[in-house]
Amino acid sequence: MIPISYYIILSALLFTIGAVCVLIRRNAIIIFMGIELMLNAANLAFVAFANQHQVLSGQIFVFFVMTVAAAEVAIGLALIVTIFRSKQSIDVDQISSLKG
Amino acid sequence: MSVDLIFFLALAIVAVGAALGLLFSRNAVYAALFLVLNFITVAVYYLLLNAPFLAMAQVTVYAGAIMVLFLFVIMLLGTKKLKTRGEHLWQRRLAIGLGVILFAEIAALFLAKGQNVLMVGDIGSKFGSPEGIGIELFTQYLLPFEITSILLLVGMIGAIVLTKDD
Amino acid sequence: MPLSEAVNQGPQFFYLAPWIIIFPVIGLLINMFLGGRFKERVIGIIASSASGLAFVVAILLGISLLSHPEGVVLRLAEWISIGELQLDWTIRVDTLSTTMMLVVSGVGTLIHIYAIGYMHEDVRFKDDLGRYQRFFVFFNLFIAAMMILVSADNYLMLFVGWEGVGLCSFLLIGFWYDKDLLGRPGTENALAGSKAFIANRVGDFGFLMASFTMFWGFKTVSFGGVFSQVHHIAETQPGLILTITLFMLLGVAGKSAQLPLFVWLPDAMAGPTPVSALIHAATMVTAGVYLVARSAPLYSAVPEAQAVVALVGGITALFAATIAVGQYDLKKVLAYSTISQLGFMVAAVGMGAYVAGMFHLITHAFFKALLFLSAGSVILGIERGHHHLPHDDHHGDEVFDPGDMRHMGGLRKRMPTTFWVFLVGAVALSGIPPLAGFFSKDEILADAFHLNFPVYIMLAIAAFFTAFYMGRQVWLVFFGSPRHEAAEHAEESPPVITIPLIALAGLSILGGVLNLPSVHILTHWLEHTYETFHLHLHAGEFNLQVALISTGLALAAIFLAWLLYGRKPLIKDQPDPLQKILGPIFNGMNRKWYVDEIYEFLFIDRYIDLAKFLSIKVDWDFWHDWFHDKVIGAAYRQGAKFLAGPIDLGIIDGISKGLAKLFQTLAAQFRKLQTGYVRNYALAVFAGVVIILGYLILG
Repeated sequence: MIPISYYIILSALLFTIGAVCVLIRRNAIIIFMGIELMLNAANLAFVAFANQHQVLSGQIFVFFVMTVAAAEVAIGLALIVTIFRSKQSIDVDQISSLKG
Repeated sequence: MSVDLIFFLALAIVAVGAALGLLFSRNAVYAALFLVLNFITVAVYYLLLNAPFLAMAQVTVYAGAIMVLFLFVIMLLGTKKLKTRGEHLWQRRLAIGLGVILFAEIAALFLAKGQNVLMVGDIGSKFGSPEGIGIELFTQYLLPFEITSILLLVGMIGAIVLTKDD
Repeated sequence: MPLSEAVNQGPQFFYLAPWIIIFPVIGLLINMFLGGRFKERVIGIIASSASGLAFVVAILLGISLLSHPEGVVLRLAEWISIGELQLDWTIRVDTLSTTMMLVVSGVGTLIHIYAIGYMHEDVRFKDDLGRYQRFFVFFNLFIAAMMILVSADNYLMLFVGWEGVGLCSFLLIGFWYDKDLLGRPGTENALAGSKAFIANRVGDFGFLMASFTMFWGFKTVSFGGVFSQVHHIAETQPGLILTITLFMLLGVAGKSAQLPLFVWLPDAMAGPTPVSALIHAATMVTAGVYLVARSAPLYSAVPEAQAVVALVGGITALFAATIAVGQYDLKKVLAYSTISQLGFMVAAVGMGAYVAGMFHLITHAFFKALLFLSAGSVILGIERGHHHLPHDDHHGDEVFDPGDMRHMGGLRKRMPTTFWVFLVGAVALSGIPPLAGFFSKDEILADAFHLNFPVYIMLAIAAFFTAFYMGRQVWLVFFGSPRHEAAEHAEESPPVITIPLIALAGLSILGGVLNLPSVHILTHWLEHTYETFHLHLHAGEFNLQVALISTGLALAAIFLAWLLYGRKPLIKDQPDPLQKILGPIFNGMNRKWYVDEIYEFLFIDRYIDLAKFLSIKVDWDFWHDWFHDKVIGAAYRQGAKFLAGPIDLGIIDGISKGLAKLFQTLAAQFRKLQTGYVRNYALAVFAGVVIILGYLILG
C-alpha cells in the first residue's frame, strides 16, 4: 500500500515545477504548458484523496477540471495567436505596454 | 519494498523527469512532447488509483486534444528559439527559491498530519468506472455538468471571435 | 398751632399725591400722540386741564395737611438698592413741598391758559402752525418734572426733576430752533438753549458732587436720613457739611441764575414769552431757592456756608439790578430783574430767613409772571400792529424787533388792559405797600437788617434800582407818543390772554395776605416742616424803620424815573437820557458789564483752543499721521512682509511643495513595480501565496 503522502508529495513536486516553469520561461506557450502541468498536479491530488476516502466527488471534480482546462487552453491559445499577429513574437517580455 | 512501491517510484521518476524536461528544454516542440509524457504517466497513476475513466479521459482529452492543439499552435507560431536575456536574473533565482519554499511548505503541511494508509479497493469494482462516474455525474453534479456545457460553448465562441480576421 | 387744632378731623387726601405728577404726564402723552388730529383749542384745553387737575390735587393735599400738618412720606416704588445705597421713589407731602406745588400748578395753569392764545398768534407770526402741539407737550412735561422736583423725598429724585426741568428749559428756549431772535432763519435760538443747558450743567456738577459727598458721609441721600444725622456729623466732620453745602450752592447758582452762572437767563428770553414767564420767572429758577430752603438743617449747621450763600445772593441782586437799568429790550429788563429778585431770595434763605425767602418766592411768582405775560401781550400787540402796516418795498429789508422799547410808547391808550395789569405788576415789584411785593421784600430786608448788615445794604440799593428801572420801563412803553408805526397800530390782546393777566394782577395785589406781619400765616404753615427737623423759625417782626426806608427808596427811585422818562417822554430816535448823565457807566450797564465777553475770552475761547490743539496736534498730527503710519503701519507692514515671505512662501509653500515632491518620489518608487512584465506579476502572486502558506504553517 502506498501511503497517500507519497502521492501528495509527488503532486506538490509537479505543481512546484509547473509554477517555476510559469515564472521562468519567456515563451508564452511554454508558460501555458506550465499552467497545464499545475492543473494536472492538482488533479492527481484530487484523485488520490478520492481513492483514500472512497468518495467519487474527487474524480468528478477532476472531470470538471479537465473540461475547464480544455476550454481554457482553447481560448488562451487563441489569445496567443492574436497577440502574435500584432507583436510578431511570443515573448511575454514583449507584452509590456502596461509598464508604468 | 513491494511491487507497488517500485512501480510508483519508477513512474514518479518518469513524471518528474518529464516535468523537468518541460522546464528546461529550449525547443517548444520538445517541451510539448515532454508534457505529453507527463500526462500519460499521470494517466497510469489514475489507473493505479481506481480511476479508469479518468485515465482514459486524461489520455484522450489532455494528451490527445489539448496537447495536439498546443502543437498546432507551436507549429503555427514558429519554433524560434528565444534568446536568453540576462536582465531579470535575480527574478529567476527568486522564483526557484520560492518554488523550493513552496514545496517545503506543502510537504510540511501534509507530513505533519501524519501518514495515512492508502486503501486501494479491488480493481474492477464500480468505484471509478464510467458507470460509477456517470451515475454521480448525472445525479449529484447535474448542474455543474450543464454549466460546463455552456462554458464550452462560450469557449468555442470566444476562440472563434478572437481569431477572426476583420 | 391754631390751624392744626382747628381742623383736626379733616379729610385726608394724601394718597392722591402721585397724581400731581401723573396728570401732567397724561396730558403730555395725549397731546404727543393724538395732538396731531386735534384743533389748537383742544390741545390747549387738554394741557391746561392737566395742569389744572394737578392744582386741584395740590389743594387737596393742602387741605389734608391742615389736619395732619407733619406731612407724610409716600413710598411709591423701589429704585436703587445696591450695598449701602437704598433709594426709593418717595413723595414727601409736607407744608414746604405743598407750597411749591401750589405755586407751580396754580401759576402754571394760568400761564397755560394764557399760552393758548399767545401761541395761537405766535405760530402765525412765525408761520409754522404745526409747532403748537409741540409747545404744549413740552409745557406739560415741564410741570411733571417740576412736580417731581418739589415732591421728592431724597436728593437723587430731586435731581431727576432738576434735570427734567433743565431739559424742558432747553427744549422751550430753543422752541424756534431754526430761527434767530427776530424770526429770520438762523441758529441764535438754538445757541441760547445750548447756553442754558451748559451753564446749568456746571451747576449740576456742583449738585452731583454734593450728592456724592453726602452719600459718602451720611450713607444715605434721603431727607429724613440726612437731616437726622446732621447733628452727629456736624460734630465729627464739620468740613464735610461745608463741602456739601458749598457744592450745592454751585447747583443753586446754575439753576437760579446767581453769580457767576446767571449768563444763560437773559439769553433764555429767546423762547416764547409764556416760557419766560413760567420757567424763567415763576418756577424753575426758584428750584434753587427751594433746594436751600429744604436743606435748611444742613445750612444751619455751617454758618460759614450761610454767609457765602447770602453774600452770593446779595451781590447778584445788586449786579443784575444795575444791568437792568441799561437794557432796551422789554424782556431783557424783566430777565435781569428776575436774576436780581432771585438774588433777594437766595440771600434770604442763605441768612436763615426761610420764611421770608419762600414768601418772596410766592409773591415774585405772581407779579413776575404777570409782568412777563403782560410783556408778551405788549409784544403781540406790536406784532399785530406791524402786520397791519402797508407792505412797502422797504418792509423786506427792515429788521423789526417787536421787543425793543425804543420803538414803543403811547401804548396806554391802545392797550389799556395790558397797561393796567402791567402797572400793578410794576408797582408790586417795586415794593410799594400795600401790594404783595412790599410785604415779602420788606420781610427780607428786615431780616437782613438784623442778620447780615452788609447784605442788607446791597439789597437795599438793589431795591432802589428795581423801582427805578420798572418806572423807566413803564414810562418808555406806555406813555408818550408811539415811536414807530407798529406801535401806533398796536391792538389789545383777546380775553384768553387778558383774563389770566387780570387774575395774576389780583394775586399780586392781595398776595401780601399770606404772611402779614402780625398774622404770619405762612410762617406757621411752614413751621410744621421745619419743626420736624428740629429747626425753629422765628417770625419776623415788623420793623417800621426798615419799612419806611425801603418805601422811601422806592418812591424816590420812581420819582427819579419820572424826571428822566415821564416828564418829557422820549420821541423817536432820541437817545436815552441816562446815556448823557452816566456816559460809559451806562454803556457798561447796557453791555451787561461785558460778562459774556469775559466768559468767552476766559473759558470758551480757551476751551476751543484746547479742543483745536487736541484735535489737530494730538489727534491728527501725532496719532493719525505719525503713530498710525509710522508705528502701527510700519509694524503691520513688517509683519505682513514677514508672514508673506518666510512663512507663506517658505514654510507653507515649502510644505505643499514638499508634500507634492514626496508623493512624486513615492510614486516614482512605486512605479517601478509596474514593470509591465507578466512574469513579474506572476512572481508577486506566487510570493504572496508562499508567504501566506508560511504564515498558516507557522501560525
